[in-house]
Amino acid sequence: MSDSSLRLVWVYPDLLSTYGDQGNVLVVQRRAEQRRLSVERVDVRSDQPIPTSGDIYLIGGGEDRPQRLAAERLRRDGGLSRAASNGAIIFSVCAGYQILGHEFINDLGEREAGLGLIDVISTRGEGERCVGDVLADIDPQLGLPQLTGFENHQGITHLGPTARPFARTVYGNGNGTGDGTEGAYNDTVFGTYMHGPVMARNPQIADLLLKLALDVNALPPTDDRWYEALRAERIAAASQPA
Amino acid sequence: MSGHPGNPEPLSPRAKLAVTAGRAAAAVSRAAGRGSGSVIGGKVALKLDPDLLGRLAQHLDVVLVSATNGKTTTTRLIAEALRAAGPVVSNALGANMPAGITSALAGGTDSKYGVIEVDEKYLAGVARDTTPKVIALLNLSRDQLDRAAETRMLAEKWREGLNGTKAVVVANADDPLIVWAASSSPNVVWVAAGQEWKDDAWSCPACGGVMQRPGDDWFCGECGFRRPAPSWALSGDHVLDPHGSAWPIRLQLPGRANKANAATSAAVAAVFGVPPQVALERMYQVQAVAGRYDVVSFQNRDLRLLLAKNPAGWLETFSLIDGPPAPVILSVNARGADGTDTSWLWDVDYGRLAGHPIMVIGDRRLDLAVRLEVAGVDFRVCETLDEAVSMAPPGQIELIANYTAFQDVRRRVGN
Ligand SMILES: [Zn+2]
Repeated sequence: MSDSSLRLVWVYPDLLSTYGDQGNVLVVQRRAEQRRLSVERVDVRSDQPIPTSGDIYLIGGGEDRPQRLAAERLRRDGGLSRAASNGAIIFSVCAGYQILGHEFINDLGEREAGLGLIDVISTRGEGERCVGDVLADIDPQLGLPQLTGFENHQGITHLGPTARPFARTVYGNGNGTGDGTEGAYNDTVFGTYMHGPVMARNPQIADLLLKLALDVNALPPTDDRWYEALRAERIAAASQPA
Repeated sequence: MSGHPGNPEPLSPRAKLAVTAGRAAAAVSRAAGRGSGSVIGGKVALKLDPDLLGRLAQHLDVVLVSATNGKTTTTRLIAEALRAAGPVVSNALGANMPAGITSALAGGTDSKYGVIEVDEKYLAGVARDTTPKVIALLNLSRDQLDRAAETRMLAEKWREGLNGTKAVVVANADDPLIVWAASSSPNVVWVAAGQEWKDDAWSCPACGGVMQRPGDDWFCGECGFRRPAPSWALSGDHVLDPHGSAWPIRLQLPGRANKANAATSAAVAAVFGVPPQVALERMYQVQAVAGRYDVVSFQNRDLRLLLAKNPAGWLETFSLIDGPPAPVILSVNARGADGTDTSWLWDVDYGRLAGHPIMVIGDRRLDLAVRLEVAGVDFRVCETLDEAVSMAPPGQIELIANYTAFQDVRRRVGN
């Protein structure tokens, strides 16, 4: 973590914030501030350079054309890849997750290169869009409770040999490959298809990012009663799809 | 082609049969207690005569109204204004897909004007079928994330569908997506109607460049796409007409967005020769639209019913409610008609409610609770509307709800 405050970088809200993705930024920020950490939030528009000195980077979802534009600009800028090689913590959702992989299918139906920060390749599903509540068990190595999320995507993401699945689905599609995986990560670069936004339903993920950034094993407790109530409701809902 | 009000072309026997069959189906549906029956009636009629919508519209000077937000209210305001010039038929209850539109028009075969709200997805098709004189385009923003087409794709479809249209397009110069959609039309009247919500138009619809937005202006930093010079404008409480005259707006309907709707409606009325003063005065009679903005008495309180379905709508609604300490009840559902993805709650700046007593109800009250907790504002979660109302002192309560939550509230308060 840099000198005095935690630098929270929100990547390209002008292109990748279609699904309430600001929510993840707000939850991480709020939970840091509840631990009396001072937070410097940096929103980086796609015509600005990505700072390489951030502690936590968040990337959201978007429509097909903005996704291609974001990939083009991130490749040209290079800042996010440099930050990753410096060990930055990066958490991505949906279209952002696909961009962090090796490649995805763009709005023109062509293969578009991603940043290759997670060992995954994304294609587009032929069937119906995956929409609905998801319940999944997060990789035990991460020490987190069950993942509850809402998926809303057409993409299918295949994991390469070095990526670990972020979670295994109990209900829902996740990566859409049929192998029960949901999301993926390499070291401190994470990707998921979960909306909600995912931090609102899983504040422990926000805490995990904070612990990684601070290099600590534990954080002071917070009053999580509303998060817990929402989690209980959505976990029950995932087992009874509408 | 267009109707001659004194001498309407007769409907063909097939069309007449379709209208009659549609009316009968609507009556059966009403008797069965399924709402007004207009959609069922229209579906039956359309099945019997697929060209019926076009044939019904032939006898009318048609105005189409589409947008993400404000289309029902604006349809109503335009209908009121045009009544100054002749009888009007309109889908006033917001049944805005082809079946509902057909059903509404079938009820007004003696009218001169047809003022029609159209669902965004159907605009191009309805415009093709009805040969409108005027098309009013208000705004486009994210709505129903789980099933609606992408917002930008909608603008693109409008642009293709309206390419070369003979209609006068009355369009909002302050929404880049609307400008993109309208600028394939040869005859556009630009209205500076404003748009508080900006987060769906940071990327240039023409070239993908980043939009620059100094003050009220906007332009793409990379291509020539920019805000057109408006001929009508909303300026505070006044509408400015193309001659530079300022007309005061004294609506009963609250809020900036409704003033914008009135400005657009005045521009539409002017196409038909109705002067702004006459048009506006007729709009003042509108008190509530399909329950929206109505103030109802419930448990010795006055409940003002406000509908907000998406982030842009919530933003406009926050700017019209009474300041603190006015109590606010928020209700959110995520049923089919609302969209089942509630992520959009995080695009709404609930921090703006700080200082208001806030009560939270609805199917998704726990999503709202976490949202408000993270926004750092105080709130209470209640099981029912009755419980939430009982938490507030006697006086006026602002109630903001999304689509099915709003219908639930209307049923409970008997509105
Ligand atoms: Zn451009």
